[in-house]
Amino acid sequence: MVTLTSYLILSAAMFIIGATGVLVRRNAIIVFMSIELMLNSVNLTLVAFSAFLGDSTGQALVFFVMTVAAAEAAVGLAIVIALFRRKQTVNLDEINILKW
Amino acid sequence: MIENFILTLTIFLPLAAGIVVLLLPSGNTRLIRMAGVAGSLVTFIVSLALYVLFDPARAGYQLVQHADWIPSLNISYLVGIDGLSLLLILLTTFLTPLALIGTWNSITVRLKEYTVMVLLLEVGMIGVFASLDLVLFYVFWEAMLIPMYFIIGIWGGQDRVYAAVKFFLFTLSGSLLMLVAILSLGYFASIVPNGHFTTNLVELYQVGASLPVNVQLWLFAAFALSFAIKVPVFPLHTWLPDAHVQAPTAGSVILAGVLLKMGTYGFIRFCLPLFPNAAIQSAPFFSVLAVIGIVYGALVAMVQTDIKKLVAYSSVSHLGFVVLGIFSLTEEGMQGAIIQMVNHGLSTGALFLLVGMIYDRTHTREIKAYGGVARLMPVYAAFLLIISLSSIGLPGLNGFVGEFLVLLGAFRSVTLQSPAYAAVAGLGVIFSAVYLLWMYQRVMLGPVREGGLYGGHKLTDLTKREIATLIPIVIFVAWIGVYPRTFLSQSALVSKRTVEYLQGVQRSAPAPLTMRAADGSMQELRSR
Amino acid sequence: MIAYTPLLVLFPLAGFLFLGLAGPRLRNEKLIGIIGSGMVGLSFALALGILMQMLGSAPEERKAVVELFPWISSFTGTMGSFSVSVAYQIDQLSILMTLIVTGVGFLIHVYSIGYMHGDRGFWRFFSYLNLFIFAMLNLVLADNFLLMFLGWEGVGLCSYLLIGFWYEKKFTGDAAKKAFVVNRIGDFGFILAMLLIFVTFGSLRFDTVFAAASILSPGRTVMVWITLLLFLGATGKSAQIPLYVWLPDAMAGPTPVSALIHAATMVTAGVYMIARCSLLYALAPVSLEVVASVGAATAVFAATIGLVQNDIKKVLAYSTISQLGYMFLAMGVAAFGAGIFHLMTHAFFKALLFLGSGAVIHAMHEEQDIQKMGGLKKHLPVTYWTFVVGAVAIAGIPPFAGFFSKDEILWKAFSSDFGSWVLWLLGALGAVMTAFYMGRLVFLTFEGKERFGHDLHPHEAPKTMTVPLMILAVLSAVGGFLGVPKSLLGSNAIEHWLEPIFDPANHKLLITEHDIVWSEYVLMAVSVAIAAGGIYVAWVMYLKRTGMADRLAARFSRIHRVLLNKYYVDEIYDASVVNPIVTISDEYLWKGVDTTIIDGSINGSARGIGAIGSALRRIQTGVAQSYAVVFVGGIVLVVGWLLLQSH
Repeated sequence: MVTLTSYLILSAAMFIIGATGVLVRRNAIIVFMSIELMLNSVNLTLVAFSAFLGDSTGQALVFFVMTVAAAEAAVGLAIVIALFRRKQTVNLDEINILKW
Repeated sequence: MIENFILTLTIFLPLAAGIVVLLLPSGNTRLIRMAGVAGSLVTFIVSLALYVLFDPARAGYQLVQHADWIPSLNISYLVGIDGLSLLLILLTTFLTPLALIGTWNSITVRLKEYTVMVLLLEVGMIGVFASLDLVLFYVFWEAMLIPMYFIIGIWGGQDRVYAAVKFFLFTLSGSLLMLVAILSLGYFASIVPNGHFTTNLVELYQVGASLPVNVQLWLFAAFALSFAIKVPVFPLHTWLPDAHVQAPTAGSVILAGVLLKMGTYGFIRFCLPLFPNAAIQSAPFFSVLAVIGIVYGALVAMVQTDIKKLVAYSSVSHLGFVVLGIFSLTEEGMQGAIIQMVNHGLSTGALFLLVGMIYDRTHTREIKAYGGVARLMPVYAAFLLIISLSSIGLPGLNGFVGEFLVLLGAFRSVTLQSPAYAAVAGLGVIFSAVYLLWMYQRVMLGPVREGGLYGGHKLTDLTKREIATLIPIVIFVAWIGVYPRTFLSQSALVSKRTVEYLQGVQRSAPAPLTMRAADGSMQELRSR
Repeated sequence: MIAYTPLLVLFPLAGFLFLGLAGPRLRNEKLIGIIGSGMVGLSFALALGILMQMLGSAPEERKAVVELFPWISSFTGTMGSFSVSVAYQIDQLSILMTLIVTGVGFLIHVYSIGYMHGDRGFWRFFSYLNLFIFAMLNLVLADNFLLMFLGWEGVGLCSYLLIGFWYEKKFTGDAAKKAFVVNRIGDFGFILAMLLIFVTFGSLRFDTVFAAASILSPGRTVMVWITLLLFLGATGKSAQIPLYVWLPDAMAGPTPVSALIHAATMVTAGVYMIARCSLLYALAPVSLEVVASVGAATAVFAATIGLVQNDIKKVLAYSTISQLGYMFLAMGVAAFGAGIFHLMTHAFFKALLFLGSGAVIHAMHEEQDIQKMGGLKKHLPVTYWTFVVGAVAIAGIPPFAGFFSKDEILWKAFSSDFGSWVLWLLGALGAVMTAFYMGRLVFLTFEGKERFGHDLHPHEAPKTMTVPLMILAVLSAVGGFLGVPKSLLGSNAIEHWLEPIFDPANHKLLITEHDIVWSEYVLMAVSVAIAAGGIYVAWVMYLKRTGMADRLAARFSRIHRVLLNKYYVDEIYDASVVNPIVTISDEYLWKGVDTTIIDGSINGSARGIGAIGSALRRIQTGVAQSYAVVFVGGIVLVVGWLLLQSH
């Protein structure tokens, strides 16, 4: 039987993979995808708890998250494209003007 | 009834005038100047109504207006005056139009903004003197910083930005601690039985006095630091010379004339009655600083090469007398301190006006660049002499009345217990003559410079406008010197009550719970 | 009449205000002169009227106080709080001083019409003079210490204004400032004395203070403090050691000013003040000794400097300091009446001498060096004869005024319970030098050969100047008869008149009237011999054997140089007081404490915060991922800590 724990473990694994991706990858697109992965891991948790507790609020929240993620994807990719146009690169190490 | 809103009207009239000025076309400089002067003059005339309506024989605060502001915390718009506030508000409304008229042509860039800033400054200053709610007081206190910051920073001299930032940071660092103390007081008010959070000054008078002495000392220190910076008390005075030297003339006049008094006013209005035990304990400490300030300010003023700096250091010396008078905790000292505040406002304000007038002609403040001016500007020489003598403390002019009462108060003070304070402060009498007369000699006397040129400019005597600015000041200088009763009787009751209260505290070591002066107005407030 | 006392003060005040405000527009010297002199004349007439009334009433009814309005007070109405009114007191002493001030003042005003003729600041001069009379009358008529102090500082201000009257010259400004500042040192003492008096007696009114003092017994420390501090004030105003240094410099002012302020009236204010407070001094015999010693020392010290000065006004200035020393000597040996008597005669003959010197300077076209004069007798006959009268009066030749007053002082210095033969000897030494330098002054200026250029044609001064000279000469000649001592079969009218004022003090000091003794006649004879001897020596040295003075100067060149340079006192003060204060203020206080320590620490802490900031900003790499690492690390730490807590 698939218990709540299995969902949570999967979710945690996805979150860690996503977080690691955000921290270690240099390509902005991949970092971006990793963030999506983290968001989805949270979604999975929400759905799992929702089913476990029989409360549908969690599932409603998931829709919110997906909507925000979609909007975020649009804005985020636009930023990445704008950055690429300006710097001819999506390597995050070279995008370091956010200082001093 | 006019009594109910006259005070609010006085506070916010300059604001209304400022808004009107904002709407004027910026090209029409004459109109802007007229509007600024008219606005401040109307304020002065309205403030005269305060004088008429105020009854010096009645204890407590008068012309009180109360309106809820943050009801959940019992913070309210609460204004009212007693004799001390009255004198200082009148000084403010009197000096502001004179500062504007006296510097009619001095400001050429961003005139509109400048006029608005001066008017806003006036709002803040009157508000400070009229507030009876600590948060309201704090708001006015900080609000007044902003226009002054810009006045120094935009229309100032060469190092204006340094001076403006220094001024701002000095004042702010003190006042933030004061905010903490205000909130703590409100909190202490809420933890007594049946208490509630409040920043109503009249209610807090009882709270403060009932606090343990060590708590009082901390809160007192927080308030006192803020006020001491403003006064300024040695060794927190170094922002003053920079601010004065860099500020435009009107800024210096108001800074010296009124802003510095906010510190000494704060001592009398807040520090002493709120924390009587702490005030008594720290009186010798502040008196020592005051005496050092008197002598130190005078000595340093003596060796200045810049006229404005000289006058600025003389302020340190004169304000030392005020602080000494306050902390002598005697009626004479208190009355002397209060009249000395007014005196300093008039004399030093006028000195800055006079320096500004000659600076407008020569564009130099170096004493070295002058000499023999009296021959070319005899009317100016006469005014400068009268005002210098008033500042020196010549009997018959205003300065002497304050200085003598302060010295007497310090001399016979039970709290200070030593005539040494007055004796050393008396040295200031000698040195003030030295630095002012030396300055006067180097600037005014001696042979006219070759070609009659000063800083490359020819000198012309004062215009009718400039004379008209100075005459009202000279009239008051003589009036206070000859018949100070007009002014001293206004503040007599405040001084008497405050001193009696503190002496009562001193005699009976455990703090009594009520202050009689506060009591009367409390009942009045509750009955509303 | 007495009720009109405030008018005494108000006339000159009105003159000052009118001339000060309208003066520049008047443009009519005659009108200005008449208004200026007239106001003082009115005061003098009124004072005479009051005197007449006083003479007609019993001695105990000769005192009155007219109160005008409350002046300085705390106005709190608390018992024992400070309060002082503007109130004037008429009594035997103040009316005498008023008469001297207004009388001599009036003559000098009239004289000034001629002397200041054609000066740009004519109106200014008269308005200042009127202001001076106003302040001086406040000083002598005040019924309390504070109002007296108003006059005290007021005359100091006028002195400042008038010394610096010709302000375009550099040294007048220096002299004026020096006068004011040195006086302020004395005033510092006066203020402290007032504070002590108020704390001790609870009032500053003379009546109240003296009433309270009259029941005290001598020897209280506080009385010593009060009297010594008051005396500090007196040394400033009346140019005594150690604060006399301003007076010689004050000669930079116009000569009528030297006559009025720096000889006849203002400088005697200190003497008047001690006379007024005689009761307080009687309670502090130590202070009396100090006063006597300082007075005697000053009398001799200033006279030695006066021996060699070549500036006609400087000689008179040192002579004034010396004569003031005699007055203080009198005060110090509790011969208050004699001191006031000498004050009065000195006002006559010193004003006369100064005005005479003014006429000489006028005639010599602003030349003041007596070495460049000589033989002026035939050019300036009126000036010469009046000057001679003044000179013999000050030298102490009977029956001129100075003889009686000075002899009285010397006798008291010897015979009084507080006197001694040392004090007498000092006084006599001063007297012989006085006679000598006055003789020298007269002989070098008026007698002998003309030592000035032939293009110079000295001429006698106009009537407005010579008439006051003649009046003063008459007063100098006969003024002494007001105080002929009993030993010379006189009645000593002036001391008798002043008795009610000094009785309390004399009573305290247990002073009783001495019988006439033979030693008084001996000393009197010695005085006369001394005076005549001094003049004779001067005559020999400067007229008979003209080279002798130079030979003596060469022989004792070191002493001569020291005297010529006034014992280098100014230089010593500069080096020991003035320069150190300026240096300390400049180098240590301003540039050290203010700029380096206070501003340094504040700017330093600002820079320190800046430095910390620029170190910390290295953390901001700009790479968003490194921020994220820290962020995640933080979360791990927090979560880990929470987990540990829960177990």
